[in-house]
Amino acid sequence: MASLHGSTLEAIKHNHAQLLVQWVAALEANGATRNIKEQTLSQETRDFLQLLIDVLQADSGNDIVSSDWDEARRFLERLSASRAQLGHDSHQAAYFIFALKRPLFSLLQTHFSDDPARLAEQLWLISELLDTLGMHTIRTFQKTREAVIKRQQEELLELSTPVVKLWDGVLALPLIGTLDSQRSQTVMESLLQRIVDTGSEIAIIDITGVPTVDTLVAQHLLKTVTAIRLMGADCIISGVRPQIAQTIVHLGLDLGTLTTKANLADALKLALKRLGVNLGEQV
Amino acid sequence: MSGEHSGSLPVRIEQDVVLARQLARKLASDCGMRLVDLTKLVTAVSELARNTVVYGGGGDMDWQVLEEAGRTGVRLLFRDEGPGIADLKLALTDGWTSGNGLGLGLTGARRLVDEFELDTVPGEGTRVTITRWI
Ligand SMILES: Nc1ncnc2c1ncn2[C@@H]1O[C@H](COP(=O)(O)OP(=O)(O)OP(=O)(O)O)[C@@H](O)[C@H]1O
Ligand SMILES: [Mg+2]
Repeated sequence: MASLHGSTLEAIKHNHAQLLVQWVAALEANGATRNIKEQTLSQETRDFLQLLIDVLQADSGNDIVSSDWDEARRFLERLSASRAQLGHDSHQAAYFIFALKRPLFSLLQTHFSDDPARLAEQLWLISELLDTLGMHTIRTFQKTREAVIKRQQEELLELSTPVVKLWDGVLALPLIGTLDSQRSQTVMESLLQRIVDTGSEIAIIDITGVPTVDTLVAQHLLKTVTAIRLMGADCIISGVRPQIAQTIVHLGLDLGTLTTKANLADALKLALKRLGVNLGEQV
Repeated sequence: MSGEHSGSLPVRIEQDVVLARQLARKLASDCGMRLVDLTKLVTAVSELARNTVVYGGGGDMDWQVLEEAGRTGVRLLFRDEGPGIADLKLALTDGWTSGNGLGLGLTGARRLVDEFELDTVPGEGTRVTITRWI
């Protein structure tokens, strides 16, 4: 592969300061600097340009997977991670690299104005190099995002089973979101455990936050209720809105063995009545 | 209403079932479908998309917003190239399942929509089309 012309490198080194100014301006113009301190950005651009110059100086070629590019790659990986944390998307992160194109191109244009063939060759090389570096940034960015999402999913799995004690002997489990198989397993286990721990007699499962009740959700509910009953406790399903009730009927689900209520308040009232708690006559 | 009137969504993994539901919900609500009908349609989508993943080995959901003779509707086609259904009559019996389900997905989905069409060829795959009018 043809390598960068020595005089290209000289031009870059020479116009170092001007390149940085134009680069930062391009980043700002494209909203790729959101939430980034001016000082941080100028440090990042300065460091990376220096890294780039160092590698090019060593004549390491365009193969960024090679060890000569280690430091530059690591720099971009750190950059990706920090952009992900700032809530940027992959394009904004990669734009850090792509924004350098125009300043570099116009520099080369001036520099090789009397040698179009060389200009074309050098532009191509620089462009290819920046593309690879940009792609690397996108790839690492996505990896970081995936890791973040995975962690959030795991956290959500725990968060989403907040069994709360409503009254002595009454537990409530407000379900929110999708009840995929893994989640419903966690939900069921933690509810059963809390029933044992607290010696509760009645558990209320509130499905107000579950948008779709299909056969899978119904099956999970039925299993949970059966398990609760086997433990000698009772269960009420609340949050069965009118549209859900109608859908359940058409679906052909037989929830006749379950006690259901339209909302949590009604379910609690029923639970207290069963426990023999006097609610006062005015209600 | 949005400019796009048809499209396709991969239905390969469990997570895609969630996306299929979300898309159906959006299409239906963009057409101004009532909450009850929308809930029914989304539930049918949940059943069919899950069948596509679990039994069909994955497939696609083609969607279409229909506007004809003064009425609006949402049509969805679930297609896979899985094993197909050997005994269609049995599969369309309430409570029959070859797996661990309740055996209500297909029959339930049929009751939840206005139009329901099932084509299946053993060894070639399954196509289920549902339509809900507004
Ligand atoms: N896309 C498909 N490809 C192959 N077989 C299918 C497909 N869809 C359904 N079937 C067969 O039809 C049967 C009935 O499907 P149905 O959705 O009614 O019940 P289920 O999926 O077994 O249980 P659930 O009530 O949880 O949906 C399935 O058990 C399966 O054998
Ligand atoms: Mg099914």
